[in-house]
Order: sequence, then structure tokens, then C-alpha cells
Amino acid sequence: MNIQDYKGVFVFAQQVDNVLSGIALELVGKGKDLAKDLNTEVTAVLVGSDIKGLADELAEYGADKVIVVDDPELKEYRTEPYAHALASVINEFKPEIFLVGATAIGRDLGPRVSARIHTGLTADCTQLDIGDFPINPIPGKEQLHNQLLMTRPAFGGNTIATIACPDFRPQMATVRPGVMQKAPKEAGKKAVIVEFNPGFTPNDKYVEILEVVKAVSDVADIMDAKILVSGGRGVGSPENFKILEDLAEVLGGTVSCSRAVVDAGWKPKDLQVGQTGKTVRPNVYFAIGISGAIQHVAGMEEADIIIAINKDETAPIFEVADYGIVGDLNKIVPALTEKLKAEMAAK
Amino acid sequence: MKIVVCVKQVPDTKGGVKFNPDGTLDRGAMLTIMNPDDKAGLEAALRLKDQYGAEVTVVTMGLPKAEEVLREAMAMGADKGILVTDRVLGGADTWATSQTLAGAIRNLEYDLIITGRQAIDGDTAQVGPQISEHLGIPVISYAQKIQIEGDSVIVERQYDDRYHVLKAKMPCLITALAELNEPRYMTPGGIFDAYNAEITVWGRANLVDVDDSNLGLKGSPTQIAKASDKVRKGAGEKVVLDPTESVDYIVDKLKAKHVI
Repeated sequence: MNIQDYKGVFVFAQQVDNVLSGIALELVGKGKDLAKDLNTEVTAVLVGSDIKGLADELAEYGADKVIVVDDPELKEYRTEPYAHALASVINEFKPEIFLVGATAIGRDLGPRVSARIHTGLTADCTQLDIGDFPINPIPGKEQLHNQLLMTRPAFGGNTIATIACPDFRPQMATVRPGVMQKAPKEAGKKAVIVEFNPGFTPNDKYVEILEVVKAVSDVADIMDAKILVSGGRGVGSPENFKILEDLAEVLGGTVSCSRAVVDAGWKPKDLQVGQTGKTVRPNVYFAIGISGAIQHVAGMEEADIIIAINKDETAPIFEVADYGIVGDLNKIVPALTEKLKAEMAAK
Repeated sequence: MKIVVCVKQVPDTKGGVKFNPDGTLDRGAMLTIMNPDDKAGLEAALRLKDQYGAEVTVVTMGLPKAEEVLREAMAMGADKGILVTDRVLGGADTWATSQTLAGAIRNLEYDLIITGRQAIDGDTAQVGPQISEHLGIPVISYAQKIQIEGDSVIVERQYDDRYHVLKAKMPCLITALAELNEPRYMTPGGIFDAYNAEITVWGRANLVDVDDSNLGLKGSPTQIAKASDKVRKGAGEKVVLDPTESVDYIVDKLKAKHVI
């Protein structure tokens, strides 16, 4: 492998049902920053069936180039044809960096592709920088420049590690959704479109999709919410989430929850914040009856303002809360809702 | 039917985390458990064994001490345990780990390979899919339900807002979610038998079709630049007030921050 042959920042533009996932635009945004540091371009790789129409949206959010792999075999996500698509794109276009979302799709696709092309893959990154490796010079070891430094939490958020991939290309990472910012939209901006089809021949590795069962959910995505009212086991019962819903309603927010609540069957998984749920960064995060296990904190600590209400004054949530109130949520939350209603009405 | 289950002995993240000077984990210094997703994978294999009849072989890669999780697996009902351990395999990233496990599994007959989705120490979710790639078999990640139908396996594969019912021809690799099931307990008889059972120990020489350049720290494409305890933003204010005062306190803060 001649590392110098590999140029440009590529991102996998995940789409589901021919709608771009939020992570696609977040990766374009981050890719654009990295490309600027490397004095190169950001290319979005769009894979699916009948998806060419999505290329303009990627351009408006900063993609310089869009490689479109369009084939009927790619209609629904399946590991093998998607891995073939990405591995073929990498072999053909030789990017130095390839980013994939750490979604239920990307965390399956990324490892399969990295194993196929023999490179490293750093999982669930929360920070990406261009820098030197080793970070500080070590006598007798060449310090490489313009390396992708991939930072990620490990051990359930107890530690943080920065990883490099100095000897293989592309440098691959999966990136946690909700962590990177998408670039401002530039209406009407165009990208260079390149159509590429490596050919798809079904074999035993192509699994058959017997059925697609969509979760019936009309709830807003908690990752988009500006205000989250999040409940934990301390809320006491599924019925008692009503007081959180009332508070969320008056603030124009959304209800989310901790893992304990999902495990108890009180709320569906798509409302779960944390290491095994979603990473959120709302303007305001209410942690109500949430003890604040490290796995939960990993998913919400980037919120601008964290307000915690908990009757246990030793709860770890108070270590990350900007404003912590030790008290009975059953008394405080309904009273807060009433007071806010009055405040809003007075405006 | 023959099922291979890959399990990992992981540090219990409730205990402390310790590092070697080179930034890799000092696994010897931490309390350990069988990784939860792997345990669910093992339970899934044991249920298939109960339902259809199967031989379940459990494979782990790790320090000699990792034998403990194999004995635990056998006490739950697994038939055989294989420990892959060798000094040259240490410091492996997911590429080198998956190469090692694939090299070990090539010695075995299998219809299904089941791994956990991810381990609670690394949280990467990479090793299962990478093993399948090295072995050239299909992978189904994030399994929430597994059934056998003739020479195929039918799996419910979880996504964020949906699941797919997938059918794959065996051999196939499946990664299991902890939500898949509630793992059984070890039985007293099982514990007794497992304590006396023979564990197969393999080293580098037993790995099939794997080059030295793909093993251990030297064979790992990813390298640690820096590792540290996470620095968190400090705690803010903590107040103990009666409910009415609490409400006023929160409303004042929301106003000061222009939320309302």
C-alpha cells in the first residue's frame, strides 16, 4: 500500500427509505472541517436504489463531490451488497479518510468493510482531529503529520482514548450520531456527481429480507429536541411519566428516559439516552429521578444546561448538573409546570 | 447442528480501570465477568441446543485466567471450551482479534457462530462482523430473535426504528443483543462437571491461515495515541429547598439563561 496515493475525506451518506439520516449531514459537516485542514475535498458516498435525488441535499450541506452507487440490490440495507459498494468505492477512489455513522447500520457495515480492505476502524468516535502521531515526538520514532486522531470513550465512559491508524488507508472511523455539527445549508449549492456501479451479483452472503417491520412511533426524535424532560426509575411508574409529559408540553420539549426505564418496559427504546441509547445535546436537559450512571451521563453531558431533580443528595447526577435540586419530584415537577404555565400566560 | 460461541472475559466496569504504561489495559489488575452480550449469545445457543439439538463450543481469546469464563459457560451447558492464549496475541485491536478468532474457528466445524454484539470494555461491536468477513460467511448483527429452518437461520435484526426479518443460509455469524434473552444460571451439577472438565488450550501454532503480520499489537492497524481517565465538567450548584422554593429557583435559572 502506498499511503501517498490516498487522498480526500469520504463520508458514508446513510439513507433509509430514501431519506438522508441526520448522521449523513453531520459527517459531511465534520468531513468538510477535516478536508479544510488537509487542503482537500469532502466526498459523500450515497448508496441505495433510486437515490440520486439526494445528492443535491448533500451538496447544500457542504459535499464537494457525491459518489452515487445506485442499484436495485441496494434498496434496503443488507450487509453484503453495501459492504461491496463501499469496499469497491474505496479501492477505486482511494480516500485517506472514510467516516461512517455509528448507527445500527454503520456499526455493522464499518467493520465488514474495514476487514475486507484491511485497515483499522475506530468505533463510536466523539471527536476527530488532524494532528501528529505520536502526539509528542519520541526519539527514534518518526513523527507523522496530517494523521486522523480519533477520540472515543471506552469502558462505559470511564476512560477516553485517542487512536491513530498510521500505516493503513483509509483511516476509518464510525462516529456517534448527534455529536458532530452539520454545516449551515447553502441553498442551490451544487456538487460534482459521479455515478459508480461495481456490479452486484447475489451469492450466499446476500441474506434474504422476509419482512420489514417498522416500529409504530409518532414521537419526535429526542436527538432533535431543544428541551428534553428525561425521567429515570425514580419517576416510579409508567403512569407517573404524565407529570414529565406535562412539563415537556409547556416548554415545547420532548420526554426521554434512562435505560432503567426502558428495561422496565415503561418507555420504548427510541427514547433512551445514554451509552446504549442516544447521544443528545439539547439546550436544556431535565434529569428527573435519574441517578446518573456513567453510561447515562455519556449520552447527555454535552447538553448546554443540565437541571437535575433527585431525592438522593448523593446521586452522581449532581456531579454533572449545572443546577441540582434535592427534593421530591412528585411535588416539584407538577408545581413547576403550573408556574411555567402562569409565566407563559403572563407574556 | 454445531454452534460456536465467542465469549470475552471483560473487566467489570463497576470496578476501577487500570492501564499499562503503554496505554493498553492492565486486564490482570481488574475484576472480571463474562461479557453480557456474549452471555446472551451463549444462552441463545443453549436454547437452540434445547430445541433442535446441537453441540455448543465456546471459544475465548485472552489471558490464561480467561479459562474462568469457559468453565462458567460449560456450567451453563456448553459442551466444549477452547482457550486461545499466547503472548504474541497480546495488545490486539479488533482487526488482529478477529484474525485470531477466525484462525481458531477454522479448526472447527460449525453451522452457526454466535458472538455478542459488543463487549462492555471496548464497546466497538466490530469483532463479530470482522470474523464473518475473514471466514467469508454472512453476518447478521443485532439479533433479537433466532430460529432455525432447514439449512437456514431466520433472525430478527434490530435497527433504530424497525426490525428486519432476515433469512440466511448457514453457516452464518450472528451477533446477539443482551435483550435477546435472560441467561440461565449455572446448575450445581454443571459447576461440578465444569470444574473437572478439560479445557482445550490453543496458541499461535494452532491458528489456521493467519499471517504473523496480522496478530497481536504488531498486527494491529490502530494504535493508541493517548488514553486517560475522562475529565468531566465540574458539578454546578446543588440546593436543598422546599418545593415552592425549588420551582422559583428553576424558573429563575431558565429566565437567566433566556430559555423562557
